[in-house]
Amino acid sequence: MNFMASKQPENSLLGPEADSQRTLYPYVTGTSVVALKYKDGILMAADMGGSYGSTLRYKSVERMKPIGKHSLLGASGEISDFQEILRYLDELILYDNMWDDGNSLGPKEVHNYLTRVMYNRRNKFNPLWNSLVLGGVKNGQKYLGTVSMIGVNFEDNHVATGFGNHLARPILRQEWHENLSYEDGVRLLEKCMRVLLYRDRSAINKLQIAKITEEGMTISQPYSLKTYWEFSAFANPAQGAVGTW
Amino acid sequence: MPKQQANWSPYDNNGGSCVAIAGADYCVIAADTRMSTGYNILTRDYSKICKLADKCVMASSGFQADVKALQKHLAARHLIYQHQHNKQMSCPAMAQLLSNTLYYKRFFPYYSFNVLGGLDNEGKGCVFTYDAVGSYEKVGYSSQGSGSTLIMPFLDNQLKSPSPLLLPVQDAVTPLAEAEAVDLVKTVFASASERDIYTGDKLEIVVINADGIRREYMDLRKD
Repeated sequence: MNFMASKQPENSLLGPEADSQRTLYPYVTGTSVVALKYKDGILMAADMGGSYGSTLRYKSVERMKPIGKHSLLGASGEISDFQEILRYLDELILYDNMWDDGNSLGPKEVHNYLTRVMYNRRNKFNPLWNSLVLGGVKNGQKYLGTVSMIGVNFEDNHVATGFGNHLARPILRQEWHENLSYEDGVRLLEKCMRVLLYRDRSAINKLQIAKITEEGMTISQPYSLKTYWEFSAFANPAQGAVGTW
Repeated sequence: MPKQQANWSPYDNNGGSCVAIAGADYCVIAADTRMSTGYNILTRDYSKICKLADKCVMASSGFQADVKALQKHLAARHLIYQHQHNKQMSCPAMAQLLSNTLYYKRFFPYYSFNVLGGLDNEGKGCVFTYDAVGSYEKVGYSSQGSGSTLIMPFLDNQLKSPSPLLLPVQDAVTPLAEAEAVDLVKTVFASASERDIYTGDKLEIVVINADGIRREYMDLRKD
């Protein structure tokens, strides 16, 4: 008989039962998000894949969503956690609108809120398994920031999540400059997304590019990038090494 | 089924180095602006320096999310102090608050390595150096972060700290002029950037003296 058994409420995070409630690993995941500042605002790109481990389970996942009037949120990582974050933000924007005071939350404020949410979940050892990109324009000020699942956050002229950090950031460091035109910005993003498509196993060739400016947010229809697979080195990979496979 | 091991860590090291040097009537606090993770650079332009009070500045390196939370916490506490006491917190007071704040999370620490610099109530420079759980000491100069092992011996060599075993107790505040101290900081970071992969990009220098707070920047190696 256990006289000293301490009764915990069912929803507490203490005790062995709680371990099954904490996030251990992600299930359905999105891959990289890439974004940059350009002349009129922010451009962001993400493909529409939702992978279930190595299976490409979902092919029409919108991983970028508008937040309020001034912001755009892109997410990689666990899709269900992204949906949870959208619910949090929905409530945040709702309460902001209810004040009806002519003021609205800008991208800086939303980014700060998201940072606090991610950090707090990390503190409770139950993280939201996402890397988020938050971009927007308010009163002519462009803002582009990112938050990781453990709360690491910063803002920069161009950001990327996951593989984008390895493959896209170097391209952006080389070719990004102030006051990119819309066409140049899209071209640069497509260059990054093409490299990711070739080299990231979880990337798919169905992407959207979103734009946010002072006027508002638009998101393109899903489209594909042109790819070239006839490079001679790829066409006959065994050419230089007979017997390889 | 055996108990699952965590496959994520709540900590990360975002790298970087911090330095602070106390003078007779000034204090120099400096840190690089590189933020890294693993072998990647996340951004080249991130400030590790935070002004906590009029005459009190903190530079912190380590896990950026914890550093940010710590800075916010201290800024909030300072605001409350101002409301309650109608004055700014002195640097020694902030030093004690920082130590207590760090120790409060002794069993899930802020992974933050701090140097606090500023002027005490008499206008003399003071530097406090910390570990992640709050042990602190008033010193004449200090460095923390990924480059500290490279920087600290050099500072020891240049600033000839008197032995703390001597009597009467001697101050470790440097007799160097402000411009010389700033120059020393620049030299020290240029050297650290050569060998420490996490230090580089840009150096941010904050100088506090009787006239107020001044900020200066210097480019460092980007590799």
